Amino acid sequence: MAEKPAANPRQPERGKEYVRIQNVTKRFGDFTAVNNVSLTIYQGEIFCLLGGSGCGKTTLLRMLAGFENPTSGQIFIDGEDMEDCPPYDRPVNMMFQSYALFPHMSVEKNVAFGLEQDGLPKAEISQRVGEILELVKMGQFARRQPHQLSGGQRQRVALARSLVKRPKLLLLDEPLGALDRKLREQTQFELLGIQERLGVTFVVVTHDQEEAMTLASRIGVMNRGEIVQVGTPTEIYEYPTTRFVADFIGSVNMFEGRLTEDEPDYVRIESADLGGRIYVDHGISAAPDSTVWAAIRPEKIEISRERPQGSDNTVGGTVKEIAYLGDMSVYLVRLQSGRIVRVSQPNAERRNQARITWDDSVWLSWDPSSPVILTQ
Amino acid sequence: MKSVDRRAKPILTPAKARLAAGRMGPLWLLLFRLAPPSWSDYVIKHWSGRGFVVAVPYLWLLLFFTAPFLIVLKISFSERLIAMPPYEPLFGWVDDIPVVLEWSFSSVMAFLSSIEVYADLDKYEFLLKNTLYIESYVYSIWVAAVSAFWCLMIGYPMAYAMARCTPTWRNVLLLLVMLPSFTSFLLRVYAWMGLLKSNGVINNVLLALGIIDEPLTMMNTDFAVYIGIVYSYLPFMILPLYTNLEKHDPTLLEAAADLGARPVKAFLTVTLPLSMSGIVAGFLLVFIPAVGEYVIPSLLGPTDQLMIGRVLSDEFFNNGDWPVASAVAVVMLVLLVGPIMAFQYFQSRGAEEERK
Amino acid sequence: MSRRRGLFQPLSLVLGFAFLYLPILSMMFFSFNNSRLVTVWDAANSPTLKWYVKLFENDQLLDAAFLSVKVGVMTATGAVILGTLAGLVLARFGPFRGRAILSGLTTAPLVMPEVITGLSMLLLFVAVEQAFGWPAGRGQMTITLAHITFTMAYVTVIVQSRLAGFDDSLEEAAMDLGARPVTVFIRVTMPLIAPAILAGWLLAFTLSWDDVVISQFTSGPGASTLPVYIFSKVRRGVSPDVNALATMLVLTVAIVVFVGAWIMRRQERKRDREIQLAIAENK
Repeated sequence: MAEKPAANPRQPERGKEYVRIQNVTKRFGDFTAVNNVSLTIYQGEIFCLLGGSGCGKTTLLRMLAGFENPTSGQIFIDGEDMEDCPPYDRPVNMMFQSYALFPHMSVEKNVAFGLEQDGLPKAEISQRVGEILELVKMGQFARRQPHQLSGGQRQRVALARSLVKRPKLLLLDEPLGALDRKLREQTQFELLGIQERLGVTFVVVTHDQEEAMTLASRIGVMNRGEIVQVGTPTEIYEYPTTRFVADFIGSVNMFEGRLTEDEPDYVRIESADLGGRIYVDHGISAAPDSTVWAAIRPEKIEISRERPQGSDNTVGGTVKEIAYLGDMSVYLVRLQSGRIVRVSQPNAERRNQARITWDDSVWLSWDPSSPVILTQ
Repeated sequence: MKSVDRRAKPILTPAKARLAAGRMGPLWLLLFRLAPPSWSDYVIKHWSGRGFVVAVPYLWLLLFFTAPFLIVLKISFSERLIAMPPYEPLFGWVDDIPVVLEWSFSSVMAFLSSIEVYADLDKYEFLLKNTLYIESYVYSIWVAAVSAFWCLMIGYPMAYAMARCTPTWRNVLLLLVMLPSFTSFLLRVYAWMGLLKSNGVINNVLLALGIIDEPLTMMNTDFAVYIGIVYSYLPFMILPLYTNLEKHDPTLLEAAADLGARPVKAFLTVTLPLSMSGIVAGFLLVFIPAVGEYVIPSLLGPTDQLMIGRVLSDEFFNNGDWPVASAVAVVMLVLLVGPIMAFQYFQSRGAEEERK
Repeated sequence: MSRRRGLFQPLSLVLGFAFLYLPILSMMFFSFNNSRLVTVWDAANSPTLKWYVKLFENDQLLDAAFLSVKVGVMTATGAVILGTLAGLVLARFGPFRGRAILSGLTTAPLVMPEVITGLSMLLLFVAVEQAFGWPAGRGQMTITLAHITFTMAYVTVIVQSRLAGFDDSLEEAAMDLGARPVTVFIRVTMPLIAPAILAGWLLAFTLSWDDVVISQFTSGPGASTLPVYIFSKVRRGVSPDVNALATMLVLTVAIVVFVGAWIMRRQERKRDREIQLAIAENK
């Protein structure tokens, strides 16, 4: 890999291992929800389980919480085997997707519930409830009933309720799923702030890649019950290891081709799909002449009216569609081979005279470091 | 919020609705077309008025449900006659007190201030001074409360277990709960006569097993009445409880467990309070009709202590004293107004919760 | 946490259903007993069908059963018409003056002790007869009117809850497409609530067929329904032919209910399959 991602303040120093999932499989009847997953989560990090619906991410989370038992495999939290440890004895709290606020209790009572189970003295309970409600900015709503709150407020109460017991590990099931876009973005950053302040380890389940990218220090991408790739957001986005991950995270142009030149410091790929050759400035591990896939992100492709220099990594086409998204524009370009390629360009200038328009003949080109070559 | 609820419980998907409408629609249309044209024209022209649709059930209930109570009230103030019907004529007073038919406040006041009425309150004085009646009222309320309590004790675990079964099992069990109430109520009470009597099934079995040496007396005891009421009314307890418990969000219990509550604690702090409206509805649904129960104590109950429903029918059928029977009914209704209002309150609150 | 449900729940179901069904089964069992003592098994001459044969020789009983069927059919039909209207009004007409009263009037008969309803209905009929000379005496007519009144409440509740399960938007869509209110009711609302109407009819029939107290008050001499006849008989103690009658009634009801449930379930499954198929085709 050419470059390592820049240092991330949330990147833990791989210090203490906190959760270890070892060869865990969960079957419901004939259906395998989670298939032989092994995973280590470190103290203080935000780990996101990302995947489509039915990929097994929620089942994995529920096994951590203790609502489901693994069919086989083991789960260790803080070095202790969690088998036969019921949910109410685990040092773990969960924020539910539906929030699961008790409808017959006020905000205050909801938050106090967990502390009452521990039999803490009344004074301490009310003090800690007050503190945590202030932290999530819900102090003035303490006496409301859940149905008198907006979606965002409920989310905060649910967060407060799951944090008030000061768990070492907090599980969040689609924590922002029910919020609208604006609120979601704002809440994401607040969640990050709270996590940093309290130093709790978060495991977040989400289907929303943007959410995962914003929150996570590391992401585990799941598909059909298996973890397909684990890495930092940058690694997942820039260096996907499979076509599934490349396709699932962000949008990508995927060209099938044949490996024609395979040198230690560069490779060339002949792609009928593209109608041209792809030159990549680093070596890969694949057999010569084998079929590979080149994944190129839309924002890494240049679009211009004039033909750039060089014959590799350049291809001509016609603009078929333009979508103006404000901060950027997306072009769908049809190549001679018939393939449609997606290209996105930031709208840096307000008034662009040379703006490319429908049915223009254009050239697409990209840097030799941009394509990711995938063998599976 | 509303849309979330709808998503959570799709009773009818649009596709299903279309299928249903498509299949049944033509049949109903055909039936409507078969009606004489003049009639359907008339209906189409005049029936769009909501007023008519509201008026039909309204008037029916006023005529056949409300009016009868006013008559009962009126007769309870009346004097017994040896005649048919055995009370003073209903409309005979109109000449003396012309406003009595209108039942406005002033007419009631005029009615109450007449000398005749003071004399007629005798019926109530008679009831309240006679320990036989008071004892019967107290006994009925006691029996109904005890029976409703045992219904709850038996019905709650059943409803709870049913609500936690798989959907297929739920439907089967629900059907099994309701099935006995589709068969004759009278015959189910009768079945207990065969079980409880001194040479009945229970005694025979216990004697054969050597557990007892001589038959237990179970027929014509309070115990038999409790059994009969609990047995007959158990479905009325289970259904509202089941409806309530089935709607509970299982993640609430998971949240409680996650926060450290053991199963018993989680049940007591989450499930039980949330099922309170079901408990109250079930209890009242058993208690209210059980107070006036007539068939069960007649067949199974003691002969020396009568429930008030039995007293009422005895006064009516055996003694032919319609005014006293009416007064008994009025007092029973007054006693039950509270529970009935409570029941309606919880019904409408339950409906509101559903809408939320 | 389904993993640790323990024994308590299955046990409460088993015991509860044993309590519900053992008395009925025992009653059915002894209908084949030869002995007059009913519950003392006469092993030498049992099982026998003689009590069943006796039932069909009892004219009084057959007359009562016939009257019960007639009253039941008329009651169910009347209750369905009135109850559907009331359910429609309560579920769809929004708030109007007197809605609370109507709502109260429809639920009150559900809990009202039967003796009170019976007595008040009888007194109404007597008073009306005195004033207008109609209905002359009491019989089929008065029983039916009384039964309609107390059963329509059940139909109302069923129809109302069925309607509450549907979005108004179905009816709004029909109106938007140009259907007048009556057409909307006939082509959209009625088909949607047809199962509730059917269920309401069956329930009203069952309640009417089963009713003792109200029938006893509102029936006249010579016009007793089957439950009134049985009641007067069993007040004198258990009798073997009542066991036979009960067995036949219970079996009939059980068969009807199970066949009905089975048909409904089959249709539901077929519909689900068709929906699945349609979804699969779209993919």
